[in-house]
Amino acid sequence: MYEIVAFYLFSVLTIGLFLVTVLSKNVLYAMTSLAAGMVLISGFFFILGADFLGVVQLVVYVGAIMALYSFAMMFFDATRDIKEKNTNPALVFILGGLSAFVLVLMFAAPIHSDAIVALYPMHDGIGNAQDVGMVLFTKYLIPFEVAALMLLVAMISGIILAGKKMDLSLTEDTSADDEIMTKKDEK
Amino acid sequence: MIGLSHYLIVSALIFSIGLVGVLRRRNLLMLFFATEVMLNAVNIAFAAISHYYNDLTGQMFAFFIIAIAASEVAVGLGLLILLYKKYGSLDLDDLANMKG
Repeated sequence: MYEIVAFYLFSVLTIGLFLVTVLSKNVLYAMTSLAAGMVLISGFFFILGADFLGVVQLVVYVGAIMALYSFAMMFFDATRDIKEKNTNPALVFILGGLSAFVLVLMFAAPIHSDAIVALYPMHDGIGNAQDVGMVLFTKYLIPFEVAALMLLVAMISGIILAGKKMDLSLTEDTSADDEIMTKKDEK
Repeated sequence: MIGLSHYLIVSALIFSIGLVGVLRRRNLLMLFFATEVMLNAVNIAFAAISHYYNDLTGQMFAFFIIAIAASEVAVGLGLLILLYKKYGSLDLDDLANMKG
């Protein structure tokens, strides 16, 4: 009973919040609704019994990625509404029709679901985090290490890319500075 | 009772929302938000399949997707800041400098 209520609550709220993210004109509204939708998605993971995945979703997505976005927001002018013009509606129509067709094909494809055997089955009586750790550090050790290396490379490239010309102001208008300077000179 | 298909339908709906965002937004930052939405939709599908087939592989792939999303955001935001410094805007129409 609780599972059903939670599932429908989470799904309606997530879909609504992500619609706000995609359709909103304001960057700040989009970002906050994206963060709230990610919190609710971790709720899905907790319902599904993937406790560790839910915690990772909270820590990495809501904690790290959204913090990164909000810090990057300081570089851009976030208060101004985004003006977008869709120049080619026919192209959007064709692309949307094609992707809908592909989605229907994917969902209508026959699944041979009886033949699916659990490769790394979950164990009863063992917590999800322990189970995940056992599989991650035995069967998926090399992808795990490669992912760690990838994160290191991403960190270095992020620092190098964003760190250039950090002393220059982006959002402030330079002509305003000149105006202040000339006013000081007049005095 | 909530079955696997419920979760897959929700996941497909969220993925379609992200796809709509990718197709119709012209601002690069909004495109990033739409890709995050799509990655999250795929993560829901992986976790649901992992639960209903009693298999941990789906959760493993969801972990790696989260790691990839984190590094994508780190590199992508650095590039966005560089683009904003160079052009003063993140609109894709302003950034199109190869006229074909």
